[in-house]
Amino acid sequence: MSLINSAPEMVLTSTVDQVLNWTRKSSLWYMLFGLACCAIEMMHTGGPRADLDRFGMVPRATPRVSDLMIIAGTLTLKMALRTRVLYEQMPDPKYVVSMGSCSNCGGLFQYAYSVCDGVDKVIPVDVYVPGCPPRPEALTEGLIMLQKKIMQEKWITRSSDTPRLGGPIGERT
Amino acid sequence: MDSTGIHAALRGRFDTAVGELAPGPFEASIEVDASAIEAVCTFLRDEEGLEFDNLSNLSGADYPELERIQAVYSLFSYKQRHSITLRVNADRAAPVIPTVEAVWPAANWLEREIFDLLGVEFSGHCDLRRILLPEDWVGYPLRKDYEEQPDYHGISTVRENLLTMKRD
Amino acid sequence: MSVELEVHDSQGLPTEEMTLNMGPQHPSTHGVLRFIVKADGEVMRRAIPDIGYLHRSIEKIAEKVGWHGFMPYTDRVDYVAAMACNQGWAMAAEQLAGIEVPRRGEYCRVIAAELSRICSHLLGVGAMGMDMGAITPFTHALRERDMIMDLLEELCGARLTFNYMRIGGVAWDLPHDFVEKVSHYLDHLEPVIEEFNQLLGYNRIYVKRFADVATVDADMAIAWGLVGPNLRGSGVDFDVRRDLPYSVYEDFDFDVPLGSGEMGSLGDCWDRYIVRMREMVESIRILRQALAGIPEGPVIAKVARNFKPPVGDVHVKIEAPRGEQSWYVSSDGSEYPHRVHIRTGSFTAMGIIDRLSRGLMIADLVAVIASMDIVAPEVDR
Repeated sequence: MSLINSAPEMVLTSTVDQVLNWTRKSSLWYMLFGLACCAIEMMHTGGPRADLDRFGMVPRATPRVSDLMIIAGTLTLKMALRTRVLYEQMPDPKYVVSMGSCSNCGGLFQYAYSVCDGVDKVIPVDVYVPGCPPRPEALTEGLIMLQKKIMQEKWITRSSDTPRLGGPIGERT
Repeated sequence: MDSTGIHAALRGRFDTAVGELAPGPFEASIEVDASAIEAVCTFLRDEEGLEFDNLSNLSGADYPELERIQAVYSLFSYKQRHSITLRVNADRAAPVIPTVEAVWPAANWLEREIFDLLGVEFSGHCDLRRILLPEDWVGYPLRKDYEEQPDYHGISTVRENLLTMKRD
Repeated sequence: MSVELEVHDSQGLPTEEMTLNMGPQHPSTHGVLRFIVKADGEVMRRAIPDIGYLHRSIEKIAEKVGWHGFMPYTDRVDYVAAMACNQGWAMAAEQLAGIEVPRRGEYCRVIAAELSRICSHLLGVGAMGMDMGAITPFTHALRERDMIMDLLEELCGARLTFNYMRIGGVAWDLPHDFVEKVSHYLDHLEPVIEEFNQLLGYNRIYVKRFADVATVDADMAIAWGLVGPNLRGSGVDFDVRRDLPYSVYEDFDFDVPLGSGEMGSLGDCWDRYIVRMREMVESIRILRQALAGIPEGPVIAKVARNFKPPVGDVHVKIEAPRGEQSWYVSSDGSEYPHRVHIRTGSFTAMGIIDRLSRGLMIADLVAVIASMDIVAPEVDR
């Protein structure tokens, strides 16, 4: 964030977009959506050693009050329908991080008859974190990358060619 | 009691409904007629000296070349500390096996799992419906001739080959 | 799907039965489980489990990837205690092919399995605390788990899904200073477990929420197929490591803790909690003996790459942290297994919840699930 100190008496100037983005990236509240093994690593990332609370990220129980959904684990077809429902229950602006190989592309369960190969078949994804399971440091790097993406969003001066966040199935409304 | 003694007790009570003791390469097992399985299990649980109070495992396996689906019951007794394996064969075209849920309540979910994945109907079961797969799933996946559906509720199950995609 | 009955409370006022949905997404560490709760106010009539949200068809995949290739998948059967599942699969394949594991390999397996058992129980009791609302013991448990995962990472390279064991032994030998590091860590861990128990186990709120809730007596536990700490919490004295010994557990001297109705009645949730705490202490005993007595030698037997065991099937029982796992493995002589079936401890524990929850309050349902230490991958595979 560029601070242009034009008046020495404790006045900072910036753009509205940057302030909005800075507030959003500094308090991403993630919904506890741990499905499988990656959920344990997500808990460790929120745990005492690789602490996510220092980034302002607090786990929340319901999608209605969260703005980040970390899909941690294998998405089965039975669960994929519910994932779409939960995604739509989150209020805008919302972000999705796909954690681990299973939610990126099906992972080592691609031979399975009951597994959805990748969460981006049902919801748009912002950051993909590879690993099986990703270390807490890897997930933290993925979340910092998401924070950098958030800082680039434009809300005031939107136009039709503004880059939009969203994965392969596209635009977020 | 070892498996010969258990087999002798069963033979004495049920005669030909219970097959020969197959010593097997790894563990001894007894084949039981499907119609007699509930009576055999009740006898094994209640008889003095046998007292098989626990159904340790109930698995199903598909043998298409033998035209049958086999259910394998692994029983264990906490009182006597012995175990035995029973096998029940069902015809693959329309597999039906009587339930042993009344003998051990643990069989309730184990039989539902075999129904879900292999399609074996357990007659007399109080609540025989799918347990692991969604209610509207088509087919029995653990059968050897199972064909996957191309999509489920609009989500495609086709796996693109990423190598060929990249070349294009 | 909701059924509304006209029921009346004790004063003759009409009440209605509600159908509530709990899950599959919920703030608990047990994974994706769903309960359809039919409740009359706060008291439940039934809690019907709906499982299958993590059914990853691991058993069918075994028929596609072959004997050696299935080992990483066994980690995912119970990812909280992955070494035990590795051991179950390796033992089943070895029994089918008649392979004998070298003694040093067996000792490495026991060390890995017992460290994994401590990891699993730490998560289990931490989750029990968190489900009751005590978040801090969970972070204490995660702190200790992080240290054990560091040790296991030195051993095999992975923090969670280890893939350490192979058919015929283990993949790699112990690192050169591993024995000292583990001993040093165990010295650190023993007072931490004692402190944890004093903070959580005898806390008045915790005891009130766990004692006398969902009592399971011994006959019911056996008939419904409960295993492991759930069974021992009901007073049944059975542990596969001692009574049907496998690997080198006969070499070790350890006790098997049982529930005794210390805080409430025999077989309640608190008994299942204290059995797990005491089992961690016993695991430390086994570890110290294994580290002191580990022999020299190879760690893996010679096994063909193109592994084709003879035709036949076998049942193998191991004592996983969540209870006895019974592995049924059938071979048809080819390099792909014919059928693999795993009957896990959490599957039967889920099966009994409907029966136990009649008459309990909705908040007690969380206590029951936590005390049975259920994880979704074991239920769904």
